[in-house]
Amino acid sequence: MIKLIRSLGRWGLGTFERLGRGHLFLMHILAGIPGLFLRFSLVIHQVYSVGVLSLLIILISGLFVGMVLGLQGYNTLVDFGAEESLGVLVSLSLVRELGPVVSALLFAGRAGSALTAEIGLMKSTEQLSGMEMMAVDPIRRVIAPRFMAGLISMPLLAAIFSAVGIIGAFLVGHGLLGVDDGAFWSQMQAKTDFYDDIMNGVIKSVVFGFVVTWIALFEGHDATPTSEGVGRATTRTVVHSAFAILGLDFVLTALMFGDE
Amino acid sequence: MMQNKSTEIIVGMFVAVGIAALFMLAMKVSNLGDFTDEAGYQVTAEFENIGGLKVRAPVTMAGVRVGRVASINLDPMTYNAEVTINMYSQFDNIPYDTSASIYTAGLLGEQYIGLVAGAEEEFLQDGDVIDLTQPALVLEQVIGQFLYSKAEGDE
Amino acid sequence: MPLIKIRDLHFYRGNRAIFEGVNIDIERGKVTAIMGPSGTGKTTLLKLIGGQLRPDKGTIEVDGQNVHKLSRSDLYELRKRMGMLFQSGALLTDLTVYDNVAFPLREHTDLPESMIRDLVLMKLQAVGLRNARNLQPSELSGGMARRVALARAVALEPMMIMYDEPFTGQDPISMGTLVNLIHRMNDAMGLTSIVVSHDVAETAEIADYIYLLSGGKIIEHGSPVQLRRSGSQWVQQFMQGLPDGPVPFHYAGPEFKEDLLKPEEYA
Ligand SMILES: Nc1ncnc2c1ncn2[C@@H]1O[C@H](COP(=O)(O)OP(=O)(O)OP(=O)(O)O)[C@@H](O)[C@H]1O
Ligand SMILES: [Mg+2]
Repeated sequence: MIKLIRSLGRWGLGTFERLGRGHLFLMHILAGIPGLFLRFSLVIHQVYSVGVLSLLIILISGLFVGMVLGLQGYNTLVDFGAEESLGVLVSLSLVRELGPVVSALLFAGRAGSALTAEIGLMKSTEQLSGMEMMAVDPIRRVIAPRFMAGLISMPLLAAIFSAVGIIGAFLVGHGLLGVDDGAFWSQMQAKTDFYDDIMNGVIKSVVFGFVVTWIALFEGHDATPTSEGVGRATTRTVVHSAFAILGLDFVLTALMFGDE
Repeated sequence: MMQNKSTEIIVGMFVAVGIAALFMLAMKVSNLGDFTDEAGYQVTAEFENIGGLKVRAPVTMAGVRVGRVASINLDPMTYNAEVTINMYSQFDNIPYDTSASIYTAGLLGEQYIGLVAGAEEEFLQDGDVIDLTQPALVLEQVIGQFLYSKAEGDE
Repeated sequence: MPLIKIRDLHFYRGNRAIFEGVNIDIERGKVTAIMGPSGTGKTTLLKLIGGQLRPDKGTIEVDGQNVHKLSRSDLYELRKRMGMLFQSGALLTDLTVYDNVAFPLREHTDLPESMIRDLVLMKLQAVGLRNARNLQPSELSGGMARRVALARAVALEPMMIMYDEPFTGQDPISMGTLVNLIHRMNDAMGLTSIVVSHDVAETAEIADYIYLLSGGKIIEHGSPVQLRRSGSQWVQQFMQGLPDGPVPFHYAGPEFKEDLLKPEEYA
């Protein structure tokens, strides 16, 4: 019994310690961001590995999610004779929820895990402490550009996901199931609000990009410098990111759409 | 160095595609496209009951959209709903004695304001009030009236 | 006045004492060797000097400044004047050999690319790897990687360099070249060098002064000649590489005999 309490206590302390370290780490990153504007090419190169390399999976998943939404939505709506509302159904589900959430989950799996592994390996091969000894702060030189890149890439990827998804739903709805294209777009435009729906979706994706990149970089930086440690850290990135995304999505949704 | 350049170009294209996607969402998917004609004029109308009318609901005349609902308030004196309408600027020749009613699009659809043109020579201007209004049909009231008249008719 | 002054240094890893009251002076412009059995904390000592680890007690002064009392930015300024060659090389794996050597120059100077090119080629020429400049670190052998790291460590022309095992993994020819190189840089640039090594012969050849470290303490110090003549059994064993003697080859713990009598330990 005492043992249980003790290990619970140790676990709790450990968690708080990590939380604290994670926040200090974040402060350090944020302090490094202004300096990046002088060396923006560092960020550009990271946007390539964080954003561009995630594009393919986002495009394909977005297209298929949209197509499935089109099919499923049609089958449900047609029973009420409301298949013209397919556009609304698809655009609201994608723009408000699926776009930001699914693309963030994919981003965590594709880019987040790669970031953790990269940073963890740099740590375990002493590249980070090598930099420190060359009087180069690795958090400013290595971590902050990656953080910035995540912050830039995530909303763009989410927007691409939603746009491709809507096109996919249109292809299925109009091309395959014969929904009137005028009704599809005009109903969608009438019911989708730029500020309430689209901007809120963008805000969500910025928040997710912030959190996922932060988690990924912290896990890499905090990893035990062994192959096993880096492997575990990579797993933790994906799991913690998924929890963070889903939890935050609930909170953000309640805040944004709660009073309607 | 060559590699540097091509990375930068690809990243540039990626950002452009992302912004294009955002732009498509804004213009093609959402109602932002309508806001282009925000610089219209405002009129108000007082309704006894607006039912489920919402801010930004369409305002139409003969089925053509001529404006949208800007805000809804309760008049503290009359306890009526005071609806402010943003009229698009190109519709600047709407007669002064036009009437406004609240309709429902389809059986369960959203509610909108329909305008019926009057005969005056004078046109509605910014800040004018539409006097002739007809409240929304509230389904429960309609059914109640129907049952009542049915019962009366049976006697 | 010595360049580095270490006084009463104590450092612990968990409950294990790595250093217990170590005093070291490192003279300017000289090659000072730190030797000792594997696992005594030689790398740890270099990291303490570089300010990457904090001592639990005692002080380390470099060029008159207490390393662990400096503000972050002062520490970084100081580090620009310290070069360090890591045991593993610690090359940046996403950059080529050329870019690795150019890295500190690009980070800390505004030199034009053409001048950086000249400097980088010069440093690479010195370590015999000028023609390997377009290779990736993953394409280098361990010994080559260490030579690239050396070229990088001297790129900013620091006042001192800490070499962590520069000789391991080098063939006799490059070993000879490295010994020469360290010597030359010391003489020509007035560099202060700290060499951590187990290679008694090579180290004795270039070192002006040697500290022997074991069990968290300095066992002996002096010039190579003095050490060879030392009467201490310990020093003799280490300098001659004898398997038997007072230096423990084994990690501290119970005797082997005792372990053999405990077959149930992993049962
Ligand atoms: N991160 C660490 N955590 C805990 N203990 C460590 C850590 N790094 C090193 N040690 C311990 O500190 C001791 C000294 O390590 P160090 O790397 O300084 O040895 P060394 O003298 O450089 O050995 P070698 O000659 O093999 O390189 C070792 O016994 C090791 O067990
Ligand atoms: Mg070592």
